[in-house]
Amino acid sequence: MPNGHTLVETRALIMRFGPVTAVDGISFSVDRGEVVGFLGPNGAGKSTTMKIIAGFLEPTSGAAFVAGHDTRLDPIPARRHLGYLPEGAPAYPDMTVADFLGFVASLRGLTSRQTSNRLAELVESIDLAEVWNRRIEALSKGYKRRVGIAMALVHDPDVLILDEPTDGLDPNQKHEMRTLIRALAPSKAIIVSTHILEEVEAICTRAIVIARGKMLADATPAELLARAPERHGEDHQMVKTTRLEDAFRHITLEQAGV
Amino acid sequence: MTNFLTIFRREFSAYFATPLAAVFLVVFVALSSGMTFFVSGFFDRAQADLSSFFTWLPWLFLVLMPAIGMRLWAEERRLGTIELLMTLPVQPWLFVVAKWAAAFAFAGLALALTMPLWVTVNVLGSPDNGVILASYIGAWLMAGAFLAISACISALTKNQVLAFIGAVIVGFIFVMAGFDLVLSAVRPWAPDALVQAIAAMSFIGHFQRITDGVFEASALVFFASLISFALWLNVQILDARKAS
Ligand SMILES: Nc1ncnc2c1ncn2[C@@H]1O[C@H](COP(=O)(O)OP(=O)(O)OP(=O)(O)O)[C@@H](O)[C@H]1O
Ligand SMILES: [Mg+2]
Repeated sequence: MPNGHTLVETRALIMRFGPVTAVDGISFSVDRGEVVGFLGPNGAGKSTTMKIIAGFLEPTSGAAFVAGHDTRLDPIPARRHLGYLPEGAPAYPDMTVADFLGFVASLRGLTSRQTSNRLAELVESIDLAEVWNRRIEALSKGYKRRVGIAMALVHDPDVLILDEPTDGLDPNQKHEMRTLIRALAPSKAIIVSTHILEEVEAICTRAIVIARGKMLADATPAELLARAPERHGEDHQMVKTTRLEDAFRHITLEQAGV
Repeated sequence: MTNFLTIFRREFSAYFATPLAAVFLVVFVALSSGMTFFVSGFFDRAQADLSSFFTWLPWLFLVLMPAIGMRLWAEERRLGTIELLMTLPVQPWLFVVAKWAAAFAFAGLALALTMPLWVTVNVLGSPDNGVILASYIGAWLMAGAFLAISACISALTKNQVLAFIGAVIVGFIFVMAGFDLVLSAVRPWAPDALVQAIAAMSFIGHFQRITDGVFEASALVFFASLISFALWLNVQILDARKAS
């Protein structure tokens, strides 16, 4: 049961798309102050799980809770607590950054005064000044992603769900995004999905490994590292991998029966 | 209400984000005037009224309204922004109604731009302006019905072209419903009640009663109910097919 700090909880989530079981019995909870990394191969079910928590998809069975509200039975209160960056950071190409964020802020119930204060903060922290009055279709991939982050943060939510937030960012921007996430962490429950394992070590307090819809691990990055197999003859390694990559490959390939 | 206006404003201005809106308005005014003056022989009839304009409107709407409505949901699906809208703390029906209302307002603008025709007939003679006003209101509502159908079908796909084609086909059924061609195909096998029901769905039948000057509230009620039903269906479709 939620202990008062639990902001996200999923119970035995199952999601089927026709014959495909995209999510197969996923249960976990995330407390305030935690940053949980979703790891897993392509098609593992990370985005689908996030869509269910965000209330976009209804699970075939099981339930998800955001700040204690069932995302299916009580969607509107759940959504108020949630900031969600969908995969690919969708936005309206014909709108300017300012108009787009203003649009979302208004639908989030901010007054125009609150909106201008909040947007001024976000321009600072996410470094959007340069593109503020540019149309979104004219933005680079990295800036587009940053607009998506700003969109998710507009109402300063308790819960943040970010689907590949650093995808497409250059190394400097990646670094800044991680700094930002770490700065936000103490007051929120954050779930990020990523294919970049060093990111998990850099920002996550916990990592959940998913493959073929099943949860294979739920551990701290350090515990995950301990599951990496011993390296033999490291000198012969043709492709350099990190210890965390070894652990990831070990866990996910083991399930696949390789 | 604030939310409604926010969505409405965004949708309405989206029409003007590209030159397409201007092109559309020009095409609409050109086609509707062209059909009035040349195809219907406005001058030969030597009668100061707008019936030749209104006769062609259902056919023009059949193609042009799907062109306005096709983007409403298909574009949200294509861009992935539907995921954003459906995770905001806003009831989905509000998006459905506000988006349709923006398209409806755009159609109203297009109709308003044909007002010079109205002025012209008043200069040439003394038409029954009451009937013309009623016809404009009826035409706008009929446009709203075409748009609600288009929005509904747009919610089924991420492909605007498919949404357009689907909306024209369904619209065509409603336009043709009153014609003997359709009714005589149904009559041999269907019960009388069904034939009556199909005939009662006819867009042209309802619209003609308004333009003939038999101001019938039932025609307005028909279009209004059809709009409500299509928008309700639109909400159901979004609910059932969020992901695909
Ligand atoms: N709308 C849908 N209809 C049918 N199948 C779907 C749908 N969405 C996802 N799937 C399937 O569900 C599975 C999980 O997809 P999901 O997008 O959650 O994976 P992911 O872990 O986010 O992968 P990636 O790392 O590539 O982003 C895949 O097999 C995918 O093909
Ligand atoms: Mg994904």
